Amino acid sequence: MVEVGTSRVKRGMAEMQKGGVIMDVVNAEQAKIAEAAGAVAVMALERVPSDIRAAGGVARMADLSIVEEVLKAVSIPVMAKARIGHFVEARVLESMGVDYIDESEVLTPADDMFHINKKDFTVPFVCGARDLGEALRRIGEGASMIRTKGEPGTGNIVEAVRHMRTMQAQIRKVQSMSYDELMAEAKNLGAPYELLEYVHKNGKLPVVNFAAGGVATPSDAALMMQLGADGVFVGSGIFKSENPEKYARAIVEATTHYTDYELIARVSKGLGAPMTGIEISKIREADRMQERGW
Amino acid sequence: MKIGVLALQGAVAEHLRLLEMAGATAVPVKKVEELEDLDGLIIPGGESTTISKLMHKYGFMEAVRRFGEAKKPVFGTCAGAILLANRINGQEDYHLGLMDMKVERNAFGRQKESFEAVLPIAGVAPDFTAVFIRAPYIMELGETGEVLAKFDDKIVAARQGHYLAAAFHPELTEDSRFHKYFLDMVKESRGVRAAT
Repeated sequence: MVEVGTSRVKRGMAEMQKGGVIMDVVNAEQAKIAEAAGAVAVMALERVPSDIRAAGGVARMADLSIVEEVLKAVSIPVMAKARIGHFVEARVLESMGVDYIDESEVLTPADDMFHINKKDFTVPFVCGARDLGEALRRIGEGASMIRTKGEPGTGNIVEAVRHMRTMQAQIRKVQSMSYDELMAEAKNLGAPYELLEYVHKNGKLPVVNFAAGGVATPSDAALMMQLGADGVFVGSGIFKSENPEKYARAIVEATTHYTDYELIARVSKGLGAPMTGIEISKIREADRMQERGW
Repeated sequence: MKIGVLALQGAVAEHLRLLEMAGATAVPVKKVEELEDLDGLIIPGGESTTISKLMHKYGFMEAVRRFGEAKKPVFGTCAGAILLANRINGQEDYHLGLMDMKVERNAFGRQKESFEAVLPIAGVAPDFTAVFIRAPYIMELGETGEVLAKFDDKIVAARQGHYLAAAFHPELTEDSRFHKYFLDMVKESRGVRAAT
């Protein structure tokens, strides 16, 4: 018997991305640069997060001609973003053959109450999370991969670090709890009990957990890997830097060899300027993308 | 028996776990020097273009070829099988070229067409759950190769001497029988190397 879209097939796809870098691209040319630099996948977008932030207004699923152009340009997997709760955007992307859908807070949410029921889809989903409860809620809805939310489009790693540290600390705490305490903790975190039970037994999420939202340099990528990320998403960090090709290659190498400081030093030399960053406290609360979704 | 898993990118931890379940000492390999005291090597699933670029960058192409030419067994799963092949459909170049076979990348379609199926694998198991993720298949296998499994009339697992390739991901299951088969190949090769 042949089964498509099983949880093993969807989660397994993310397992194959481990130790790799997923890069945001807005056209075929950028997608080819990313592939040549060693990206494990590309995220096809109309605008990178820092431009979305600058443009304001409503950010929606990308122009589908861009998605199609990127699908044709590369042989590595192609991801695309749908608005939180917008299951029609997700269905449209699925029908086009996109390999992974990011139900993303970078876009303006379509539903302020409910996320997409991702179990219904054959295509796998990745979702952002700031803590363990949020990660397990998304997995409960069928997400096959988690990433930290960080604060997209800022080139500032502090929020991604906070989210990853929070998640790891909560995982350690749940692991060391007695069985009797798990239901109360499920209530505290707002997490499905069975998934919390998995974390208790295994000391990790049942799916791959990447870092995202603020990675701008090779050292940022290595930092997130050391904090426990399985891989890294780089949004604006590559194509908003002075030399995207070099940045892309350097971030790929630093992600593979995240504890080899001599190597990170070598690949970080002569890269030119990274993207311009934003201090988080300068962003109005209402403009913080990480607050979108729950 | 010490087996390495090439750890540049991909599903490394899963292979390490199954190797240990099958009774081997398993280590991740990030640097060419780490190949030296190994009895066998697994090239895991991941993105073949990414792994290949990193292999070139760190001198793994030559080192793994020497490893194979020294009659030490190499097992490639999915991306690893593509890396082992000496012909890739629609491409001029190839990666390691250690195994005489022609592979087609993403041969079963994109992610939404990815699937799992229970297959008989010769010498391994009559009922192995094979997980195919944007998987390749083997279009042509050289004369000395032995077909171990087919799906939909396409070759999805094969052995050629001390080389082993699977288009699917045994590392995504709890079933260590394929890894045990590889360990038997390693034992056999140690005997051969000791005798010569």
